[in-house]
Amino acid sequence: MAEIIVVTSGKGGVGKTTTSASLACGLARAGKKTAVIDFDVGLRNLDLIMGCERRVVYDFVNVVNGEASLKQALIKDKRFDNLHVLAASQTRDKDALTMEGVEKVLKDLGDEGFDFIVCDSPAGIEKGAFLAMYFADRAVVVVNPEVSSVRDSDRILGLLASKTKKAENGERVKEHLLLTRYSPKRVEAGDMLSIGDVQEILGLDVVGVIPESPEVLQSSNAGVPVILDEASPAGQAYTDAVARILGEERPMRFTTVEKKGFFSKMFGG
Amino acid sequence: MGILDFLTQRNKNTANVAKSRLQILIQQERSMRGAPDYLPLLQRELLEVIRKYINVDSDAVKVDLHKDGDSELLDISVQLPEKPAAANG
Repeated sequence: MAEIIVVTSGKGGVGKTTTSASLACGLARAGKKTAVIDFDVGLRNLDLIMGCERRVVYDFVNVVNGEASLKQALIKDKRFDNLHVLAASQTRDKDALTMEGVEKVLKDLGDEGFDFIVCDSPAGIEKGAFLAMYFADRAVVVVNPEVSSVRDSDRILGLLASKTKKAENGERVKEHLLLTRYSPKRVEAGDMLSIGDVQEILGLDVVGVIPESPEVLQSSNAGVPVILDEASPAGQAYTDAVARILGEERPMRFTTVEKKGFFSKMFGG
Repeated sequence: MGILDFLTQRNKNTANVAKSRLQILIQQERSMRGAPDYLPLLQRELLEVIRKYINVDSDAVKVDLHKDGDSELLDISVQLPEKPAAANG
């Protein structure tokens, strides 16, 4: 059985797709056979972040409708043999995905021997977001240290505890909080909620803290998930987060202000 | 950072403001979670009725659903405006 992980947030623009892409790459790099699925029907973007946008022939909706086989629609990543992308459809029909269709695709992926299926949820709490989370074993709730994102995350946590298959069977989806766009400098200045603040408000520990860093945009420009930029703080922070999701214990990095020396203060650094 | 920024921004910890606002809001939203959909409407209509007779603030009516084991308690509280000290004989 494949383990299904939904990457969700409620609010848009917090880094769901960036996280889905890096999480999937990280799992594949750790030797896990991984599929990453874009649930944002109508607004396909995961392919762009993964760098496979020109190789999309068939999409998720084609598979659900039986217009293509799963094998035909899965795009094999060029960096990792054990990583596959299933792109979202560009159709404007919001009802293109059905519960039964999604369930069948997830089951077939499990039968194909996938270890992990990462579901990249659309923003909002409508059908696409609901379908992305419904079959999940685990959830990575992406949150920015900002009031609207924290509030929406709490809504999502409420839905994970009530509107999922696990919840209906009296079980719980395993929840992880992933804090992105974190700026230790602004936290120190009192301008930004701290890790502790967010954990306390939402009552959940963070599985990773991704610092705000220019490499995130550079990576999406290039179509190379930021986790593969091993020199960047954001890439290293994602690597740590994936290790923690796989059960490893690692200390948090890049969560405090680096003290600059006198010279770098004077001459910039 | 200029000296002026330094002086004016010193006492402004907006993160603390954000935290306390969120804590109040989320506690309230969690208490409404799983509650019937009609509660917000009930609250609004109660407010309208009460306002026909008493001039209360728009946040004076609170409707909460408490669960205690199997029983549920609908808790409606109305905060009346303070009377001026001299009035009332």
